[in-house]
Amino acid sequence: MIYVMCLALFVVGLYGICCKKNLIKIILGFIIMDYAVNLFIILIGYRKNGIAPILDKTMDVNKFALSSVDPMPQAIVLTAIVIGLAVTALMVAVCVRIYERYGTFDITKIRKLKG
Amino acid sequence: MTEAMIFFLMGLMILGSIIALESKDLLSSVIAIGAVGFMLSVIFLLLRAPDIAIVQVVIEILTLIILIRVTISRDIHIIGDTREFLPFALNMVLLVIFFIIAAEAIRNMPAFGTGVSKVAFPYLSRGLNDTGSANIVTSVILDYRAYDTLGEATVLFTALIGAITILRREAKK
Repeated sequence: MIYVMCLALFVVGLYGICCKKNLIKIILGFIIMDYAVNLFIILIGYRKNGIAPILDKTMDVNKFALSSVDPMPQAIVLTAIVIGLAVTALMVAVCVRIYERYGTFDITKIRKLKG
Repeated sequence: MTEAMIFFLMGLMILGSIIALESKDLLSSVIAIGAVGFMLSVIFLLLRAPDIAIVQVVIEILTLIILIRVTISRDIHIIGDTREFLPFALNMVLLVIFFIIAAEAIRNMPAFGTGVSKVAFPYLSRGLNDTGSANIVTSVILDYRAYDTLGEATVLFTALIGAITILRREAKK
């Protein structure tokens, strides 16, 4: 059920990409999809009543391995979040150039080729 | 208790996303997306992922700075933001179909909160002895899967070089 909520968030982002005319709104839809996918991967690695994957000095290693949440999705999402920021910055740069050339963010008005 | 909190925050996230997409003013939609990102950070904290929560806060602030930089100097008020009726209706039908199929696929996944993948178990039990790092996430990204991190840095710098190239004032002679 909690996965379906995550999927709903993804679909909201997809709606923003499909149905919006404004370029900034499309970027916002992309960011929302990014959030939803990251959250979904972290949700898969969760264990009920788990602890964070950080060892304490007083803790037994075997007991820790049986009670910690999954560190793999966390490591992967850590890289994915940073890549998401870089991709967003690239898209925003393209949008700034388009705005300078056409004077609008509306994608239905950005049709004419200008050499 | 944790699940109820996560549920509540996810509901707020969906609400915030809809507000961000439907708002008439670009600046307020950017601020709404910032609220969504910080709620996501709190959810990460509740899911016992403190590293991700910290990174998410930093990244969210940077995203907000970039987006506000784009929107604040341009005085734009959107009136008709959504597309015409026929593509809109078609899109909604396709989105609903996608949602139903994906929800059906998700139902076959293991239930929420059940355990750790097989890959992660050796990392958890041997991580401290192998790498000397008390934080297992650090030992995974910087030792076991260091090539993955190297590839990530490559992608990051490629994207940033692209952004700098696009934003450069004049071409090199």
